[in-house]
Amino acid sequence: MALIDRLRRLLGDPPLALLVLGLSLFGVAMVYSAGQLDVPDSKVTGVWRMQLLWLGMSLFAMLILLRMQVRWLEWIAAPAYVLSLGLLAATLVIGTGAGTAERVKSWIDLGPVAIQPAQFANLATILILARIMGNWREPPRSLWALWPPVALVVVPMGLVMLQPDLGTAMVFGAVLLAAMYWAGTPLGLLFMLISPALGLFFAFEGWLFSLYMLGLLAFLYLYRAYLWESVLVLAANLAAGTIAVPLWNSLEPYQQARLLVFLDPSIDPRGWGYHVIQSRVAIGSGGLLGKGFTLGTQKRLAFLPEQHTDFIFSVIGEEFGFLGTVTVLLAFGLILWRLARVAERVADPFAGIIVFGVFGAWFAHVVVNIGMTVGVMPVTGIPLPFLSYGGSFLLANFLALAIVERIAAEQGRI
Amino acid sequence: MQLFHLHARRRRARGAILALFLGLGWLCASLFQTQVLKNMAYALQSDANRLRPFAVPAPRGTVYDRYGRIIADNLPGYSLALLPAPRDSLRNALARLAPVLGLPPVRIEALLEQQRKFPAQPLVVSPDLSFEQISAVEERRRQLPGVFVDMRPKRNYAAGQAVAHLVGYVAEISEQELKLPAFQEYVPGQTVGKAGLERQYERILGGKPGVRYLEVDAYGHIIGELAPQPSVAPVPGKDLRVSLDLELQRWIDRIFPDSTRGAMVALEPGTGEVLALYSSPAYDPNQFVGGVSPDLWRQLNADSARPLLHRALTGLYPPGSAFKLASAAIALELGVVDPKAYMPIPCRGGMQYGNRYFKCWYKEGHGYLTLPDAIKNSCNVFFYQLGLRIGLERFLAEANRLGFSRGTGIDLPVEATGHFPDGVDWFRRRFGWKPTPTEVLSLAIGQGPNSQSPLRMALFYAALAGGGRVPAPRLARGVAPVGEALDLKLSPENLEWLKEGLRRVVSPGGTAYLSSLEHWELIGKTGTSQNPHGPDHGWFMGIAGPKGGSPEIVIAAVMEFSEHGSSTAQYVSKAADFYLRRKHGIPVDTIQTLRDHLIAGKPAPWATWR
Repeated sequence: MALIDRLRRLLGDPPLALLVLGLSLFGVAMVYSAGQLDVPDSKVTGVWRMQLLWLGMSLFAMLILLRMQVRWLEWIAAPAYVLSLGLLAATLVIGTGAGTAERVKSWIDLGPVAIQPAQFANLATILILARIMGNWREPPRSLWALWPPVALVVVPMGLVMLQPDLGTAMVFGAVLLAAMYWAGTPLGLLFMLISPALGLFFAFEGWLFSLYMLGLLAFLYLYRAYLWESVLVLAANLAAGTIAVPLWNSLEPYQQARLLVFLDPSIDPRGWGYHVIQSRVAIGSGGLLGKGFTLGTQKRLAFLPEQHTDFIFSVIGEEFGFLGTVTVLLAFGLILWRLARVAERVADPFAGIIVFGVFGAWFAHVVVNIGMTVGVMPVTGIPLPFLSYGGSFLLANFLALAIVERIAAEQGRI
Repeated sequence: MQLFHLHARRRRARGAILALFLGLGWLCASLFQTQVLKNMAYALQSDANRLRPFAVPAPRGTVYDRYGRIIADNLPGYSLALLPAPRDSLRNALARLAPVLGLPPVRIEALLEQQRKFPAQPLVVSPDLSFEQISAVEERRRQLPGVFVDMRPKRNYAAGQAVAHLVGYVAEISEQELKLPAFQEYVPGQTVGKAGLERQYERILGGKPGVRYLEVDAYGHIIGELAPQPSVAPVPGKDLRVSLDLELQRWIDRIFPDSTRGAMVALEPGTGEVLALYSSPAYDPNQFVGGVSPDLWRQLNADSARPLLHRALTGLYPPGSAFKLASAAIALELGVVDPKAYMPIPCRGGMQYGNRYFKCWYKEGHGYLTLPDAIKNSCNVFFYQLGLRIGLERFLAEANRLGFSRGTGIDLPVEATGHFPDGVDWFRRRFGWKPTPTEVLSLAIGQGPNSQSPLRMALFYAALAGGGRVPAPRLARGVAPVGEALDLKLSPENLEWLKEGLRRVVSPGGTAYLSSLEHWELIGKTGTSQNPHGPDHGWFMGIAGPKGGSPEIVIAAVMEFSEHGSSTAQYVSKAADFYLRRKHGIPVDTIQTLRDHLIAGKPAPWATWR
């Protein structure tokens, strides 16, 4: 009893911790199932033990981090950020591919294990954003006021993109938007900020781009944006429209293929469309109740690629059916709802932004990953929190959870 | 307004939860659509992914002869197929198999072409492998993904070349055949009867292939047969019983001179049942099973003896004197000749008609003859006058009624139509002139535009032997005959007169007396078929049965370049003797004919020398 009381004092939001722990244990089970194949693959078969080991280590690290006051995080933020930038830069030089992502240099090999600095850099970025924006006393009125957080995110995001890991880089963008939103940035400004990205997409269809630019013009007029900022936004959009095609050509062929295949998986059923098609077949053939734990045939016969990492959700869909996938969605929904609740309860701006930054990161991971497996999102190759196999990602997420729990605990004490 | 005031936080949290609802709701809707609404389609696709249908060949029915001996049956064989895969992997697999199976590059290209046309079907690389080849493939199993070795029945013809043309052979169905409506439900790689009985009774013998589903992984490796998925069991082909006497067929193959081209057809007079159907030279149909080797095929086609030709059915020969019986039958039917009376003009080695002199083959002349003696001597002059009495128009009409310009309707896939004028108009169409009445002179002695298959001639003589009537010839039992019956419309007395003529041919002084038999009465007619390309072809039509009883076997034989039918007669006689001895339980002997007895120095008590 004493232990439970102590834990309750340490954990600010026990339901959140319980949900995450349950989901992680389920994740270990699914990684085990991912290794149950009719086509033996030694790289996957025993990997669930590693995942269990990582989970134990993550829980241990969480227990340590729970004892760290939120104030200390304010001091740690800047060094952690700088350290992670260093690691990201080092990754570009000494990085290796690993597991199912052989092509990208995202890992630093540390002998027995390889770590993925980008996952920790994400957390460090959340801290530094909270550090900067927690000091805001007025909501930003212009784009200009947004430059410090944007600059802080663009650096690690750019380094990750150079790996090249587009999916993880996009999560940095999601974290930035989430943090800025929580720091009170008006939605109009956020729109102006991301509008060049939209411009990139629309640029591929002439008439659509014209329509979009007209809409943008009307928005800027009605929003009463600063004149020079309006000009800047319009210019950025025009530039995006102009460079879209050259930029497209500069993408790696596999990145192009992934985006094209997202639009129509059947254009390349044996190549890049293969992932999407086989994943959809796995999930779709699961039906309402699924084929049973470890019994998914798509997985067993190796039709499903990367079944223990990026496509773990497809295994869940195949083996547990719609009931299973909805349960997992519900679990993520509850976790994210608890995060939003904690953020809402925290009065300290620094702590609030951290919690909501974590919300943004996890939400992005869930939507992009699950959306990818059912074919409503492009294949970007980002993992699903707590379920996908991957030590760094699990550890980073548990560190984030520890920080959130500590924040919630301190809030309760106040 | 304070930036992080409780109200501001609450507002933003509500916004976040709204976004959460929208995002997760969207995913939930997508999952509902994929897993619940489209479940059936994806489940099918998942099965299609992992289950590859594989045709299980049905064992073909056994073909039995009239005494239950096996003409065609199945032996266990091994086939090798490749599961559907991208072209490059197939090419790779074929390249690895080539040294083991001895595949020439041409065959590999042909297989790849076939795969291109039927990409979803397993590619049967070899329907028949030796045990050594199987072992060699099994040793290399790991390097050969998608290779599927299966036991499948292999067709076997124990009698070999003796039944070659008759039974036909089986092989993989061709692309052209697949397009035919008759082969609608057939799949590539399936075995099908290609000729002879195998083709004719494909529907009975073929059965229906079953389907086996094999579970494969993403790389095309076979994981195993899936137990819960019920494979469709093949329906074995039904057995077929034919009227053939296999031992007689083998005996004919044995006695037929090796270097001689020709054919022999044996029928049962009362029923029209085929007892033997032999063509020489022949080939071993077992070498055709599962695909004939290109070398053998080229060799068989290049052979000037044309071993692939089924002479008994598709070989057309001028019947010569053997046709005189048809002329006689027509004359008796029309009542234009009295079998006891002499013809007004005696044979003086020929006969003047109009401004032409028509010769008899016997220069010295036969003198005055009655019908039976005219048959015995095969006197042309007698039959010229017979033809003139009938008249060209009536002669053609009656000969056509007897089927000489048609096929017999035997139950085999290919049969030649007799070459014979179908009416007076035929000459105008063919040659552009109106026939003179003299045409009937040539036709009456079996010359002129007249070529018949051995089977057609056998059928006509079977009608003579069987009381003037014979059903259409047929092999299969329990199957309705296709062709029409033949009726000579002759009275028993008239038939007896014709038989009397035939009897005199194989009597002392007759051309075929040396072919007479100890136990059986053999009657018959020789014929010489004039051949512009070399020595004449010899015919013999034999009718045999117990002495004093009714005929039990009719045999027509033609031997190319044998100069005269009297040399052909001995083979007919030997075949008849063999059949009748076995039928009546008399031990078979190789010394059969009078000639054999004389050569062997054995007494021939039945022989009389007049």
